[in-house]
Amino acid sequence: MKDDTTAAIVADRRVPMPRRPFFWIIALVIAAFATVPAVGNNVELRESLLLATVYITLASNLNLMLGYAGYINFGSIVFFGLGGYIGVYLISAHNWPLAAAELAAGVAVSLLALVFGLGILRLRGAYFALATIGINEAVEAFVSNFQPWGGSAGLYLPTTIFAPLGGPMRALWVIYFLLVGVMGLSLYLAYAVKISKFGLGLMAIGQNEDAALVLGVPAPRYKALAYSMSAFLPAIAGGLYFFKSAFIQPSDAFDLGLSTEAMVIVMLGGRGTVTGAAIGAYLYEELRGWLLTSESFSNFQLVVSGALLLLIVLFVPGGLMGWIYGRWPRTKAVLE
Amino acid sequence: MLGIVAAIIDGVLIGSVYGLAAMGLTLIWGVMNVVNLTHGAAIVAGMFALYLLTAAIGLPPYATLPVILVGGFLVGVALYWIAVHRMVDRAHLMSLLSTFAVNLVVIGLGTAVLGTGLFNVPVTLPSVTWQRYTFSGTHILAAALTALIAGLLYLFLYRTRPGKAVRAVANNREAAELCGIPTTRVLSFAFGLGVALAGAAGMLIATMFPFTVLSGDAYQLKSFVVTALGGLGNPAGALLGGVALGLIEGFAAQVMPVSWTLVIEFVLFVAVLLLFPRGVFALRRA
Repeated sequence: MKDDTTAAIVADRRVPMPRRPFFWIIALVIAAFATVPAVGNNVELRESLLLATVYITLASNLNLMLGYAGYINFGSIVFFGLGGYIGVYLISAHNWPLAAAELAAGVAVSLLALVFGLGILRLRGAYFALATIGINEAVEAFVSNFQPWGGSAGLYLPTTIFAPLGGPMRALWVIYFLLVGVMGLSLYLAYAVKISKFGLGLMAIGQNEDAALVLGVPAPRYKALAYSMSAFLPAIAGGLYFFKSAFIQPSDAFDLGLSTEAMVIVMLGGRGTVTGAAIGAYLYEELRGWLLTSESFSNFQLVVSGALLLLIVLFVPGGLMGWIYGRWPRTKAVLE
Repeated sequence: MLGIVAAIIDGVLIGSVYGLAAMGLTLIWGVMNVVNLTHGAAIVAGMFALYLLTAAIGLPPYATLPVILVGGFLVGVALYWIAVHRMVDRAHLMSLLSTFAVNLVVIGLGTAVLGTGLFNVPVTLPSVTWQRYTFSGTHILAAALTALIAGLLYLFLYRTRPGKAVRAVANNREAAELCGIPTTRVLSFAFGLGVALAGAAGMLIATMFPFTVLSGDAYQLKSFVVTALGGLGNPAGALLGGVALGLIEGFAAQVMPVSWTLVIEFVLFVAVLLLFPRGVFALRRA
């Protein structure tokens, strides 16, 4: 099954983006996200879709490591949280405009991830995964002790912060559209990587790292690059998300629950597929909404996501897209 | 000067318990090449087993140790069949995900039922006073019990047939299978043993420090550090690694706030993995 996908990538690597049907499917999804809640000024729908954009951004970028390279990154939430901190800090302490602050957050977190990635690139397999568990704990402990960022109390933004965007009401819409943009870029990034030579190298690492090394894939450099790349957009999303709530503290920013959810989403939708990350995020959000509203389950959200993850890993390791590909092989040509 | 000696002694006492926890992790890792991410949950389960058995049934604290060892073993064997058996020969990714999922379920249930508040089991033991310093009795007894369990584990692994079977499977599973060792049963046995050790370590830690449902992550990270220090699948190395970690923690606590401990441990973990990929205390294989 896996060899098929690899062959397909080799075959159609030269087709330019706009000539591919999947390019337009992504464009359609973005357009739907941007227009549907805006049509009736539907704030409730916007809030639930906003969460979906965050989920899709996190899952889609996690997929670069987990899906393509076959490396678990348990600490993907570090990017989101650090991006949030850097964004909020630059805005509150140095009065940076929103766009500049978020871009700076994205670049800074990516560079940090690259440095860290180059540091641990010699670690392979389970050791790499364990290092990523540690980084979450370590970064949270560091931020909790770091006084310029408010320590464990966190940072607040004054309500006047929304004034340049035309008041709180309009600002929430602006943030939503920006998040939709970040989600769209995440999907295109995942797709562009998948059909590139770089993506081919990552998939080769995912299947057999020794064989990939022998065939000349610079595995350590590719892993570090993928790790750093998967940090950029989640950091921006984190910056926007915490700008919206105008408040950030370590326990929210480095909520391990969110990186767990991102993993569940990737596995649910189908590891290594762009569509899977998006559909998985949507399905998971529906499920989560249902769990939160039903009284008996709201306390057991972690239990349910854990049980779901276990069932997927045990019985449908290919996720939803794996199942669809098996059922209707032709969909492979259209849905990446 | 004497303060340092006292810190060293206490570091050795506490560190030996970290070593016991790591033995559970390294045993499973070494035997079936699976990183058990339910390790933290098993440690926490041991802590709460102590709390519930003493508070609800009224067992004396140290009488819970055999109960926890046996219970942990049975739970571990069950876990092996539920979450690990199908993953043993697959990519690391899958066993990491499946044990991580079980960890979520256990911690989620614990949080929903017990909350995330601080728990404390009052254990009264006479303490030992040496010059101006006092060593708490719980720390001394925890270290002594750790030494006892580690000794029994050593006798089991090196002097009994089932123990030799475990080592044979760790060494080369296919060859062991060809020699007539029922490898699947050995794997489930080893997993049970690993979880039992983690539970016992949790119980001993709970006699010394207060704990919450979420304490498992921190102790799991400590176990990873100890495993990195001691080398994979090496119980004696785990004990040495644990003592080393206890000493490092003790010294770090003198120089900087306790809340930095996790950062230091993590840096240590990565540094050791990069500099000594086979463990600082790894025995040379003949």
